[in-house]
Amino acid sequence: MTSRAPISCTMNVASTLTASEAVCHLIMAMLDESGFSKEDIFAAHLALEEALINAIRHGNEMDPDKEVKVSYSVDSEKFEVWIEDEGTGFDPKSVPDPRCGDNLYKPNGRGLLLMCSYMDVVEHGERGNRVHMIRYRNKPSVVHGVPKTCR
Amino acid sequence: MAQIKPRVSVKYAENATIVSFVDEKILEETDIRALQETIMSVIESASGGMNMILDFGNVRFLSSAVLGLLIRISKRIYERDGRLKLCNINPKIYEVFKITRLTKTFDIYDDVDSAVDG
Repeated sequence: MTSRAPISCTMNVASTLTASEAVCHLIMAMLDESGFSKEDIFAAHLALEEALINAIRHGNEMDPDKEVKVSYSVDSEKFEVWIEDEGTGFDPKSVPDPRCGDNLYKPNGRGLLLMCSYMDVVEHGERGNRVHMIRYRNKPSVVHGVPKTCR
Repeated sequence: MAQIKPRVSVKYAENATIVSFVDEKILEETDIRALQETIMSVIESASGGMNMILDFGNVRFLSSAVLGLLIRISKRIYERDGRLKLCNINPKIYEVFKITRLTKTFDIYDDVDSAVDG
């Protein structure tokens, strides 16, 4: 593992999918430089991608006047990220399980499940427009369908 | 082999139409929309039910939006009495299918040959 000083950064991102892609690229490059494993980077990338798309599409409804605030930190133990949109928020408990019944055949609704499966902690703020996620280094990557902490 | 710009190649074999994803990452909404249009046009161009094989050999990363695309493709193929098979899925991507339980929904094969025979 590369020994480095903790890194933290906050940025405001336009509500476009191109901007989301650029942010993911930047953060993944930073995780790579910080010595995270390929497995960690795959997991963090997938979760970040899903969270940003949720914020841009469902939170800010692609409104060009709205931004997504992204803060992240990386230290010797973990990658941590906070994503906040300007939308009205949602109740994560109201999201149906995409693995059950007819939901299995629906094209949407798998993003939150993937976030919870690939990150060690996924927490939503009270209003539901802010998500906080943590991925620890060198942990078993996935507990199938059983999020470690997801609320 | 027909090259359809810019994201898939299509090979018409005797018993199957093999569609291979060219890109390593399938993420952008515009990419997914373009893929959907391309693949749907391949489906519509067939006279009857088709045996379509989607080859993921080049794909190293995808988002849940791609899973949605696959669901839409499979529905369209089944409506036309065809069959859809997926193959050559990288272990990390296969994990995504397992987590979402789409391994139950799709016929998944190790490689193109076994998908053609299956």
